Amino acid sequence: MREVTRRSAAVLATGTLLLSACGQGGPSDDGGEISNGKVVLGLINDQSDVYAELSGENSVEAVRMAVEDFQEDNPDSAIGEIEVVDADHQNKPDVANSKAAELYDQRQADVILDVPTSSAALAVANVANQKQKIHMNVTAATTELTGESCNKYTFDYAYDTYMLAHGTGTTVTEKGAENWYIVYPDYAFGQDMESSFSTAIEEAGGQVVESDPTPFPNDNFSTFLVKAPDLDPAPDVIGTMQAGGDLVNLVKQYNEFNLADKGVDLAVGLMFITDIHSLGVEAFSGVTFTDAWYWDYDETNRRWADEFQERTGTRPSFAHAGNYSAALQYLEAVERAGTDDSDAVVAELEGYEFDDVFARNGKIRAEDHRVVHDAYLARVKEPDEVSEEWDYEEIVSTIPADEAFAPVEDTECEMG
Amino acid sequence: MVNVIQQLFNGLVGGGFLALLALGLAVIFGMLRVVNFAHGAFYMLGAFGAYLLLTEAGVNFWLALLVVPAALAVVGMALERAFVHRLTQLDPLYNFLLTFGITLILQDLIKVRYGNQSQPYSRPALLDGSVNLGLFQYPSYQVFVLGFAIVLCLLVWLLLTRTRVGMIVRAATERPELTRSLGVDVGRWVTPVFGFGIGLAALAGVLAAPMRAVHPMMGSDLIITVFAVVVIGGLGSIFGSVVAGFGIGMAQAVGNLYVPALSQTLVFILMAVVLLWRPTGLFGREGVLT
Repeated sequence: MREVTRRSAAVLATGTLLLSACGQGGPSDDGGEISNGKVVLGLINDQSDVYAELSGENSVEAVRMAVEDFQEDNPDSAIGEIEVVDADHQNKPDVANSKAAELYDQRQADVILDVPTSSAALAVANVANQKQKIHMNVTAATTELTGESCNKYTFDYAYDTYMLAHGTGTTVTEKGAENWYIVYPDYAFGQDMESSFSTAIEEAGGQVVESDPTPFPNDNFSTFLVKAPDLDPAPDVIGTMQAGGDLVNLVKQYNEFNLADKGVDLAVGLMFITDIHSLGVEAFSGVTFTDAWYWDYDETNRRWADEFQERTGTRPSFAHAGNYSAALQYLEAVERAGTDDSDAVVAELEGYEFDDVFARNGKIRAEDHRVVHDAYLARVKEPDEVSEEWDYEEIVSTIPADEAFAPVEDTECEMG
Repeated sequence: MVNVIQQLFNGLVGGGFLALLALGLAVIFGMLRVVNFAHGAFYMLGAFGAYLLLTEAGVNFWLALLVVPAALAVVGMALERAFVHRLTQLDPLYNFLLTFGITLILQDLIKVRYGNQSQPYSRPALLDGSVNLGLFQYPSYQVFVLGFAIVLCLLVWLLLTRTRVGMIVRAATERPELTRSLGVDVGRWVTPVFGFGIGLAALAGVLAAPMRAVHPMMGSDLIITVFAVVVIGGLGSIFGSVVAGFGIGMAQAVGNLYVPALSQTLVFILMAVVLLWRPTGLFGREGVLT
């Protein structure tokens, strides 16, 4: 058995090396106002694994929608042809790294959008900085993109762990749930979320009674759920930082142990509407979480969501809308600059204030390239409140753009 | 104290899944000397089978509990005839790679059809709510799962010790050559035993559907722990796999309670300790692999 295992490990390792094939560099810019006579928008994301539903190929479609809308609104645009290219990074930083190089160099991408998974996002941001090309990140959660690892060519668009923690942690605490029990998956994202939440809860006057790391992945959360009501003081709410399949496991078991009836509510750190869709609204009803955007928030969003549904057959997540918005803002900045030269576009983006279908009261901070906009505290509807498919969220309150994200004074970012 | 007892109970429920999976793995290994890496995939298919029957044909949980394992056992037998059995004479690594490849194919097929998401599956109405176990309230469904797993393990035990078929399987497991020379056609039992092991995995999958995420990766997340359980119990030891399954379940629950950060590695630490102390596992024999 041991022998078998060791040899298999060698085989697996070889396979992994083969899979992570590299792209090669090459010349790209030929000067001029619009390089190569066209603007190329690139997306790198997960098209086959855990994040494929919440972003994936439908984000590529959302970016195509942005291109069409831009061309319709700017018939006399100086930008000629606009091309959309994409790549699958399988959530692996090394693959993301080589795909980014390939997109920038060989496929002449002027900007790379999306990039879920924080480690992969940081890899792409690094490539962007080296090649002096723009990266507008939409789906990764880490605050590092606009903190320690910030750079001149990278922007963070939709959300980050600070937004999630301060939205949910602060609001739920201020509403009277002062005692928290936090369970988080024991890896970088979970640890980051745990510390962001603890800070937010304590600043709002609450306390974290206990916080437990859980194995990742994990299918049995009963230990933590059974222990919760017996903690001293008894927690008002369990804050879970689990995501994907683990979140589903935890919520199923939370419901089985009837913790809601024992006075222990559930708050979820990061949740996408696709999570609610996959498990059904019953399982999550009453759960509070922070959303960066919701398709049925108002008429504007709904109109866009209708168009999106016509093209993809499904309702958009905030990641889809975020990619649309980032693509649109990038194109408009190119239009204003009159060139796709990265430095000129960055200058146009910095400090720019705007409103679009995704970002309300949007502003691109020059200091750290954090894109701030309104965020929303959402509650999952009860089954009898649902009037149509994907009608899952009630927006409880809007968190104003200047409160939703970390104050600019606190940033650790030093633009080189 | 009540808390600890309740945690041990949680562990028994989780251990029930481990025991059922480890049991199937042990039976297959005993008879075929094949480490079936696809075991987790069949656990996943069991859960998806129940989901598919419910959504496509309105078949309820109870019927699925019978139909899905039986159907997947047949699939398992076909797989054994078509592929596994051609490689059993070669180095065990070949079947390890074969079943690993089958796992990847099955997972991706499910992903193509359902995406990389969890599918909803509710508890049977009969087992909604909770029961009073004296010291504490406990979800009825989980009590059912535990009872079912224990009864099933006992049944398999009786099957192996009290019936002629069981005797042949045990004899073939312990001394295949000798059994053959006594005129027993060992070969004809190989395929059914493989199917039986797969059926057990599928059954565990159906049981998991109402309380765990019905997700394409649910099996691959669990199978590593199950391998550790089988190694701790002793490769090829049927009794050992069941005892280790429940034991590891409880150890994990208690580990979660006192040292949550360690609970993921706990099972492997236990495995290392057991192997140092008894290189053949708790109930294993020398020379199983030779």
